[in-house]
Amino acid sequence: MDSMTLNKPVQAAVTQPVKMSARDVKVFYGAKRALHGVNVDLYQNEVLAMIGPSGCGKSTFLRTLNRMNDTIDICRVEGKILLDGQDIYDPRLDVVQLRARVGMVFQKPNPFPKSIYENVIYGPKLHGLATRKDEFDAIVETSLKRAGLWNEVKDRLHEPGTGLSGGQQQRLCIARAVAVSPEVILMDEPCSALDPIATAHIEELIDELRESFTIAIVTHNMQQAARVSQRTAFFHLGDLVEVGDTEEIFTNPRDERTQGYITGRYG
Amino acid sequence: MTEIAEPMQTAAPVSLHTGNAATKRLKARYAAERRFRLYGILAIVFACSMLVILLSTLLKEGTSAFFQTEVKLAVTIDAGTIDPQGTGNPAEWDRGAFQTLVSDALYKEFPEVTGRLEKRDVRGLISPVAGVRLGQMLDKDPSLVGQTIEVWLPASDGINQIVKGGIDRDLPELQRPINDQQLAWFDSLEQRGDVRSAFNTTFFTASDSNYPELAGLLGAAVGTLLTMLVTLAISLPIGVAAAVYLEEFAPKNRFTEIIEVNINNLAAVPSIVFGLLGLAVFLNFFGMPRSAPLVGGLVLGLLVLPTIIIASRAALKAVPPSIREAALGMGASKLQAVMHHVLPLAMPGIMTGTIIGMAHAVGETAPLLMIGMNAFVTSAPDSLLASSSVLPVQIFIWADKPERGFVELTSAAILVLLAFLILMNGAAIWLRKKFERRW
Repeated sequence: MDSMTLNKPVQAAVTQPVKMSARDVKVFYGAKRALHGVNVDLYQNEVLAMIGPSGCGKSTFLRTLNRMNDTIDICRVEGKILLDGQDIYDPRLDVVQLRARVGMVFQKPNPFPKSIYENVIYGPKLHGLATRKDEFDAIVETSLKRAGLWNEVKDRLHEPGTGLSGGQQQRLCIARAVAVSPEVILMDEPCSALDPIATAHIEELIDELRESFTIAIVTHNMQQAARVSQRTAFFHLGDLVEVGDTEEIFTNPRDERTQGYITGRYG
Repeated sequence: MTEIAEPMQTAAPVSLHTGNAATKRLKARYAAERRFRLYGILAIVFACSMLVILLSTLLKEGTSAFFQTEVKLAVTIDAGTIDPQGTGNPAEWDRGAFQTLVSDALYKEFPEVTGRLEKRDVRGLISPVAGVRLGQMLDKDPSLVGQTIEVWLPASDGINQIVKGGIDRDLPELQRPINDQQLAWFDSLEQRGDVRSAFNTTFFTASDSNYPELAGLLGAAVGTLLTMLVTLAISLPIGVAAAVYLEEFAPKNRFTEIIEVNINNLAAVPSIVFGLLGLAVFLNFFGMPRSAPLVGGLVLGLLVLPTIIIASRAALKAVPPSIREAALGMGASKLQAVMHHVLPLAMPGIMTGTIIGMAHAVGETAPLLMIGMNAFVTSAPDSLLASSSVLPVQIFIWADKPERGFVELTSAAILVLLAFLILMNGAAIWLRKKFERRW
């Protein structure tokens, strides 16, 4: 009960409807508890940044949002995560459908070792979103345009995606995630392997994508969190310490652990 | 122009890393490195010289087997001798009579020979189964019956070896299979131009025989091919399926650990044990025929299964987990992630492992002896259930034979087996290059 009040989500100043919400989410790796009851809401068309020192559970939490933790044998999730009011851990829910609705971009760019074109159409093909060649062509063009990659690769769509630069590869991964028209996009430190220019590119992109998607992003870079997000959640040692408007968190944190982290005293 | 002040030269400080002891340590280290490099070079030189010795011995012994001494004879195909009933039907011919025709042609070459023992010596110039070659010619062209034709027929093993130098003609008479009289006859044949050394096509078109001049590898090669087909058909799908399940799907617990340890142990089990297993299970329990490529293939399939599983698991493990995550994150099921991405990326490694396993199986002899594949089979197998031999077993059988001609045949057969292996390894490299993709 204590943690419930402590982690009580701060009502944001925006009036967007809630897209996803986590209620008392606890994650265990074997006997070890990695998250001690997290309560947070993701609002539609909003970027939620998750910050905190290494090992604080922010990536773990992100991966519970599309059940990527299912692939880890010893991992167990308790509590409720709702997507449009529906519990995603409901055994009747199809995880394939869930991952079509909640897409993910990983820390390290991981395009498939296939052509750029095939990378983008993999998801739509998998979920049967298109059947004809012209439909696939259209998906490839719009997805790559949304990821800001179209102009750079339109003449070499059939070259391997692994031949692109790191930043281009990451944008290809974003295009791949966008191609299935998900409702939520999860990003796990998408810029940590990229140089500053590629990072700036992706940050701009995140801001544009917010128009159509709900985005949750884990980042180590506090400036990045401040730049791209509307709300920020601070994790520490498996606790969600504080969540609120990004401006509020960075200028006037309520918890002294948040204060310590953002002023660089630890982390 | 400003003078740059020389740094103050103080007495060189004695450092731990510049003193005499340090120099000594450095020298010792360089010496150790040179020594190690020398050992490495010695090891390579040793290995290479062994290989050169092996290959040169085989080539020296074996190349002569690819050539055969033949003697030209004018043979009269007497219809009365080969077809006593006068049926005119090749199926009714007296097959034994062809040798008689050959002997008659020989006597005509040496009209001075009359005695029974002398006649026997004359017959010793030509292979005792030269009639078989004559029969094959007549089967192809029955119209030759009744004519006198000039044919090249294989010389006897003794003559063959004298010509090739396998037996020294200067040896005392009693120590060689060919006596002085026979040598004299042979020399007169040679002066008449009736002796030649021809490419030994028999070696590639015939199967095993008790006569080295008639023995060939075709049966064993076809048997090896059929056996390998069965081995591949059994071990590749089962091995890859087992590896994929164990690596990608099986829960990691005590039970799967025990299975893993057992697979690794199976890879080290002596091959003859697999032969015993095949004998007990396939022959005695299931009642399959002995010496059959099917059974040989099954046994060898079991033998290479652990190799394929281990290699495939290693290849699957080497696929970066980020590819799996990417596929799962796109909403692929676990099976789809494996089939669309992981397995294709692991394919080069799986191919390599499979072909190493198959190369191992091609050279296996012991387990095949247990299921009777050392049988004396004189024809190529025409089905998976027919009696058959395989290359390594054929080599084993020939190495055991007393006739001088089988020595060179053994070496030649080993050369053919090595060529088989080089071909397979070449295919492995080609396939790996073809399927290799970078990420």
